[in-house]
Amino acid sequence: MATLTIRDALNQALREELIRDENVFIMGEEVAEYDGAYKVTRGLWKEFGDKRVVDTPITELGFAAVGVGAAMAGLRPVIEFMTWNFSILAADQIINHAAKMLYMSGGQFNVPIVFRGPNGSAYQVSSQHSHALEAMYANFPGLKIVMPSTSADAKGLLKSAIRDDNPVIFMEQERMYGLKSDVPEDEDFLIPLGVADVKREGTDCTIVARSMTVPLSLQAADKLKEEFDVSVEVIDPRTIKPLDIETIINSVKKTNRLVIAEESHAFASVGAEISHTVMEYAFDHLDAPVKRISTAEAPMPYAKNLEALALPSVDKIIDAVKEVCYI
Amino acid sequence: MAKTAAGQRDVSNKEVAAKKVPEAKARSNSSNGESDLSVVEMVHAEYLERRSSQLETIKKTDKKILREMLFQMVLGRRFEEKCAEVYRMGKIGGFCHLYIGQEAIAVGSMMALEPSDMVITSYRDHVQAMVKGISPEAVMAELYGKEGGCVKGKGGSMHMFSKEHEFYGGHGIVGGQIGVGTGMAYAAKYKESGQVTLCFFGEAAVNQGIFHESLNMAQLWKLPIIYICENNQYGMGTSQDRAMSTRNIAKKADAFEMANEFVDGMDVMAVREATLRAIERARNESLPTLLEVRAYRYMGHSMSDPGNYRTREEIAKYQERDPIVLFKDSLKEANVLSEKDFEKIEQEAIEVTERALKFADESPFPDESELLTDVYA
Amino acid sequence: MAEKFLMPKLSPTMEEGQIARWVKNEGDNFDANETLAEVDTDKATMEMTALSGGTLLKILKGEGDTALLGEPIAIIGKEGEDISSLLSEIGSNGKKAVAPSANGGQAPAKEEPAPSVTVEEPQEQQLEKTSAPTPAPQSETRAVTSAPEKTGNGRMIVSPIAARMAADNGIDLRSIAGSGPNGRIIKRDIEEALAGGGVQTPASARTFTPSTIVGASPFRDETTSKIRQVIASRLTESIGPIPTFYLTVEIEMDNVLATRKQINANLDDDGKISVNDIIVKAAAMALMKHKWVNASYQDKVVRFYEQADIGVAVAIDEGLITPVVRGANLKGLAEISAEIKELAGKAKAKKLQPEEYTGATFSISNLGMMGIKEFTAIINPPEAAIIAVGGATPTPVVRDGEVVVRNIMHVTMSCDHRVVDGATGARFLQSFKQLLETPAMMLL
Repeated sequence: MATLTIRDALNQALREELIRDENVFIMGEEVAEYDGAYKVTRGLWKEFGDKRVVDTPITELGFAAVGVGAAMAGLRPVIEFMTWNFSILAADQIINHAAKMLYMSGGQFNVPIVFRGPNGSAYQVSSQHSHALEAMYANFPGLKIVMPSTSADAKGLLKSAIRDDNPVIFMEQERMYGLKSDVPEDEDFLIPLGVADVKREGTDCTIVARSMTVPLSLQAADKLKEEFDVSVEVIDPRTIKPLDIETIINSVKKTNRLVIAEESHAFASVGAEISHTVMEYAFDHLDAPVKRISTAEAPMPYAKNLEALALPSVDKIIDAVKEVCYI
Repeated sequence: MAKTAAGQRDVSNKEVAAKKVPEAKARSNSSNGESDLSVVEMVHAEYLERRSSQLETIKKTDKKILREMLFQMVLGRRFEEKCAEVYRMGKIGGFCHLYIGQEAIAVGSMMALEPSDMVITSYRDHVQAMVKGISPEAVMAELYGKEGGCVKGKGGSMHMFSKEHEFYGGHGIVGGQIGVGTGMAYAAKYKESGQVTLCFFGEAAVNQGIFHESLNMAQLWKLPIIYICENNQYGMGTSQDRAMSTRNIAKKADAFEMANEFVDGMDVMAVREATLRAIERARNESLPTLLEVRAYRYMGHSMSDPGNYRTREEIAKYQERDPIVLFKDSLKEANVLSEKDFEKIEQEAIEVTERALKFADESPFPDESELLTDVYA
Repeated sequence: MAEKFLMPKLSPTMEEGQIARWVKNEGDNFDANETLAEVDTDKATMEMTALSGGTLLKILKGEGDTALLGEPIAIIGKEGEDISSLLSEIGSNGKKAVAPSANGGQAPAKEEPAPSVTVEEPQEQQLEKTSAPTPAPQSETRAVTSAPEKTGNGRMIVSPIAARMAADNGIDLRSIAGSGPNGRIIKRDIEEALAGGGVQTPASARTFTPSTIVGASPFRDETTSKIRQVIASRLTESIGPIPTFYLTVEIEMDNVLATRKQINANLDDDGKISVNDIIVKAAAMALMKHKWVNASYQDKVVRFYEQADIGVAVAIDEGLITPVVRGANLKGLAEISAEIKELAGKAKAKKLQPEEYTGATFSISNLGMMGIKEFTAIINPPEAAIIAVGGATPTPVVRDGEVVVRNIMHVTMSCDHRVVDGATGARFLQSFKQLLETPAMMLL
């Protein structure tokens, strides 16, 4: 075990996969000479050179398309978006091309590509750089969506995503790049896509969290135990699509209460999907309506106090758990 | 967060830009925005000028290739005419974009390729698919939405694909395939496979951002790709003059210091010659080319297009320069093929089309289990 | 100090007792273990004895009166004590004693206005009982979130898991005070009830709540007592599947006829009510007072219905059919009348839906209009009784020593002896007769 930041765990995964498979290459804005806008690709250009680590013009639609075409023709591109907010420029390629290619070619052309980058809010970067976009991409059959919350998950899932034969949306979180946790050093350390992880076991209430809300939920769980003697189970699906709904359902059957904490906006969110599925498969096990904690229904404001107000927080999660536990 | 511009690279393409490429008078800007039939006459005058030298080229070209080129053009014509017929009978659903009048482009360019070269195109893809090697049966069955279609009935008119034939699809988003084709060329260069990518799109796609993004990267990274702009002069019902600030599409490549040519798309030999030059550039120098190939779409944009935006006179004017008629005349004059050969080719094209229709009719609809297959690999 | 003497539990299955006879009179002194009265229970006539000596200061339930378990029937104490405060307490809050027994499966009658006092009190007791079975902490926020009021329309709010747990454990949800928002019954409430121990015995009581009165009657199943099982099997052996016996009563119908005349004088022809409509209403009201008649023998349980769904026999070409007037106890005469007209019409047109002619709790067959004076009817299982109504015929009777002519109607009730005993049936018929002879009572 090594203790790594999520940033370094991602870097390690990329490096290992570049070594393992020569068809893997990294492409994006500032990924090479600059060492990555968030230093996720630090040192890779120096080690692997121009062919494997490619700086692009600021041309999101263009380089996303190059990735799709290259993947169709046999390569395994890892395309970095400086933030997922910029992926909207490339949405046509991700959605109309990558996601649908296998189907509309009658199974002939798969697109083994990873689109990755930070998703959601950072620190006071305002409306156009703070959106959490997983719900949008989750609506398209053909895409897989991964959102790690620990260093080990980041590494194991990114390696699996690169080896996956489908287009994978891999969403990191800028606020979490510096978080440290243990990572197995095995070069074949993989975490399969579509398997949730129980980050903390509990009996009174289930919190389903992903990405940034996982550490928030774990903190909330500590406080709830300490102050209210409430035992919270925290589940991180890790992969939004395919979603490991079974683990969530089984947890809800045990705790009878569910809080979903997510950084995206609430309307038509992944949390709404989970909530629906729980209603469908565990209705008779619920003791309270499912509660969601999401970002306020407004573009992200710049002002520090307003930003904090908009985002999920430990206190908001605690209040939600108390509400479903009738405390 | 502010982005810094990608580092400038010291890539000089001046020698490419300086190359002499054929330049038509039709490149001049249109000022009134109306269709200008005098352009047809100018293009034709140029054709007559080069005809004698072209006949020499024909005489030097393998007769089998010439016969096959004519056959593919005639087959493309008969096939698309039948499509219009059975579409009206309700056997083909959805959109159906026909290629009639543009045959010289697909045939002239693609028959200059090696089988391992890659092709990607837009939704007007039936004839390209067949020229690349997909059987007329599989194309027609796809149009019918049948199990025997080249993508099992999942794509229809706009989405013909064949991995076996390096045909990377018909694509439905105007311009989308320009970027994907660029990526295919990127892979070829990466893998050093020696493949050339041929990427077709209509002139209206040139107004999409992806065209400019792609050409920039292709020249920046020196990709072995040939962009063929099939300028049929109408983006759906809007004439090029009403949608583009300049009529000169080939010259847009100059902005990227990319080699470019204007080509008479009614002259299959001219298309072939220009493509061969571009292929050489791609294969030997790993450099891209933009070809603007000017043709004319005889039919509406799709089967649901009444064509009210242009006159019968205009259509007739272009049909005088029908690519099949021009090519036949040249082949006859060069003593390559006789009238009897033409009749045989015609007969064969009709038979192949009939076989395709029969196959499509008899092929079953896809099994219901296919609905959820091929979503994930 | 004076105190209430409560109806004691004199048999294991006793729900209520009827005073057969007071052995001591008001003012009499008694010693410990001395018999104060004889009480008819469901089982036998039992002697009710004093636990300690004293004076019988006041009899609250006279001979023939029925009292629920725990209900005050007398006041005892020292001779000459002032009992006025006790009397006023009993007078104003007489039902209060009933409420705690709700935990034993005895729910307050639905149609009671459910004053907040009776609802709140058991809830307080429930909350006090919570020791530490759930990890949910006790805090002041608890009081805020528990809204004890049931919703206005009487609909019960229960979380899905709580409903499931209650069903699995045979818990009467109406005995649970919901501590969630809007009084929602939540998992914790069920856990507390279960931890409360023995308050709810699984399978001892199972109740359902009606969503609306026009549906089939809700009911409550109570475990069949040993004695009832023995009676049932003995009598069944003796007479057949349903051990039936018959009780006949004569009812003077002059007041009903007069009342009907007055009512109809103010009604359109379409809306006029019939004697039979009044009989249905009277039977329904009487059934509410005599739960054993509005019941059904179900082998392991005796099912008590909470509303009177009256089957009214209608002759049709093929024979007989009994459309059901649902919740006749809750409906006015006009409504009953209109409904019977509609159902009879449908019956004759053969358009009755199954739910319109099945599931009655009690039936009436009236052949009076066909000149029949007296007859017996066959019980429609699983109902406990049916009344056969003959015609009201002018008959000379003696009133105040004089022979006068009155319209006398013979009613014969067929009773399922497995649930209805002779005296039970007789008391029902008494009530029924009283209502018809004094129709104004129906206004109460």
